[in-house]
Amino acid sequence: MSETIQKEEDRTVLTGEYFTTGNLAAAEGALAAGCKFFGGYPITPSSEIAEHMSYRLPQVGGHFLQFEDEIASIVSILGASWGGWKSMTATSGPGYSLMLENIGLGIMTETPCVIVNVQRGGPSTGLPTLVGQQDIQQTRWGSHGDYEVIALAPNSVQECFDLTIVAFNYAEKYRLPVTLLMDETLGHMSEKLIIPTKDEIKVINRKKPKDDPSIHLPYKADDDLVPPMATAGEGYRVMTTGLTHDERGYPVLNAETQEKLIRRLIDKIRKNKDDIILLEEYKLEDAEIALISFGISARASKGAIELARKKGIKVGLLRLITIWPFADEQIEKLAEQVGNIFVVEINAGQVTREVQRAVKGKAEVHGVFKYGGAIHTPEEILSEIERRIK
Amino acid sequence: MTDKLLKAVEHPSDVFLRPGRIPHIWCPGCSLGSVTNVIIEAIKQSGIDSKKISIISGIGCTGRAAGYLNFDSFHTTHGRAIPFAIGLSVTDPERKVIVISGDGDLASIGGNHLIHGARRNADITVICVNNFQYGMTGGQVGPTSYEGQFQTTAPYGNVEHPFDLPGLAYSCGATFVARWTALDVRRMKETIIEAILHKGFSFVEILGSCPTTYGRRNQLREGLEILENFRKRTVLKHGADPTKTEISKDGPIIVGKFVEIKDKSTLTDNLLKVQRIAKATKARGL
Repeated sequence: MSETIQKEEDRTVLTGEYFTTGNLAAAEGALAAGCKFFGGYPITPSSEIAEHMSYRLPQVGGHFLQFEDEIASIVSILGASWGGWKSMTATSGPGYSLMLENIGLGIMTETPCVIVNVQRGGPSTGLPTLVGQQDIQQTRWGSHGDYEVIALAPNSVQECFDLTIVAFNYAEKYRLPVTLLMDETLGHMSEKLIIPTKDEIKVINRKKPKDDPSIHLPYKADDDLVPPMATAGEGYRVMTTGLTHDERGYPVLNAETQEKLIRRLIDKIRKNKDDIILLEEYKLEDAEIALISFGISARASKGAIELARKKGIKVGLLRLITIWPFADEQIEKLAEQVGNIFVVEINAGQVTREVQRAVKGKAEVHGVFKYGGAIHTPEEILSEIERRIK
Repeated sequence: MTDKLLKAVEHPSDVFLRPGRIPHIWCPGCSLGSVTNVIIEAIKQSGIDSKKISIISGIGCTGRAAGYLNFDSFHTTHGRAIPFAIGLSVTDPERKVIVISGDGDLASIGGNHLIHGARRNADITVICVNNFQYGMTGGQVGPTSYEGQFQTTAPYGNVEHPFDLPGLAYSCGATFVARWTALDVRRMKETIIEAILHKGFSFVEILGSCPTTYGRRNQLREGLEILENFRKRTVLKHGADPTKTEISKDGPIIVGKFVEIKDKSTLTDNLLKVQRIAKATKARGL
């Protein structure tokens, strides 16, 4: 018998080239970001993420738990995050609806975690196996109260991997639950995925307190408006509550404390918008008409742009990678360049109304909607452009 | 002026209470103060490093306990203390996670998590202070209210049958089950020490006194009257069959340590076992 102790192989980052689905790519992205806990409940079309995490997490020293419902799932990942582990859940619209109250708890207690929402058609049970992009406003406003959120929308299998890492980085940096807004088509389609080496992946971890536990104030923010985060077991005697609280974490139920806390929770996102907002500009340089889209719909939009340009119509695309916070200023600037903006989305106008607000009357805004169940064809988008622009 | 005031004598439990959080919000005659003190004593005497203790509460009068205790403490949403506790507990097998919450929180809105936490034999302790109704919201009827009990949403008397919480926890897989009244402070303390040191899902029901929203609607105007009523009706029966411990309006209240099962694997045991298997598998890739 050899005396050498075999070093445990690091299996968190499976560097290589793969042909795989968006759901599996998101799961691998989570692992590459350092996720060690997944609490989830089966729901189509997201279940493959849970299945893959149940296989992979124990390999890397993490735990997978399937809970009794989505409420337990979201709460469990908040608990794990306070245990010092990066944590995640995955679901679809109906499950996200159930999670909303406790996403609010995550926002109020400033708990980093990631929620993947593989969107399907709704409302209610709707279209479990078919695509939708109908949870955009639910993500923004679904939990009660005032707050800001971060939500990202990938549009390829590669981005499902890459943006899950970004989602974890934002969650850790700004201390809040971050939502990855995928959709059924992305979740289930297969294409090339390149997983880089561990060194090539940028991973951000939460700030830790450096002061003495006896004088530590758990909700005293630094200049970036984010407080350092002690976790359970470190001797800081962490105090968290969903009640309105002061810098000590103690409940203080009055208007002054509420204003100070809520203002900071909102401002820590609003004042860092430039760091959070990710956009892709595609053929916008000479564009006279702009499409705004995101997720899978942005791919159909690019197809429409090719068709339009063949006909001599100068169309470009602004793709929202970050959906929330919303890219108000960038869209207003775009409105000054183009006369018409077409918003392509698989819902009845959830991003369109944001664009209408952001353009401040500087451009005509048209919605190109589908109500769920199928993605747009490039021809459909083009014919809508041609119908409106004569 | 202040130099003439007598210096307050430090209470031996002060170090376990968050500075500046006392006085608490609980009413005169409520048993939550003494129950909290018993829990502190039990934690002290358990010998566990206080850094390894986490207290989780849901919402309600009992749910405020987490905010007074000077450990890592988490005041979560209504009914959700148990899944929070499970997520927290599995991140460190040495962590002792104690849920302190009420009957409405744990058995009604959080009932699903209670039964599944017990089924998993999750390595947590659940202390449920049962005051037979919803106190914080003003005395509405709850899942532990007995038939005929008067509450603000049962003005003609409760039309439903109550949960027997020890029976519920046991039937779902809890491996340590006990019940005491708020009067049984010494036995309660010994039981809580055992529950905290128990490996697996331990459930302790404490019958509490709530004169404000329960007692005065049910001919038990003072906290002491409720405790006196408990004392008269209490029957000590260690090892009692927890499926036969239901509480009625006037019947006996069976208390004691009902169940202690030591050889059932816990959730944490099984998760760590799965890690060993998964790490040994050669398969890699997507």
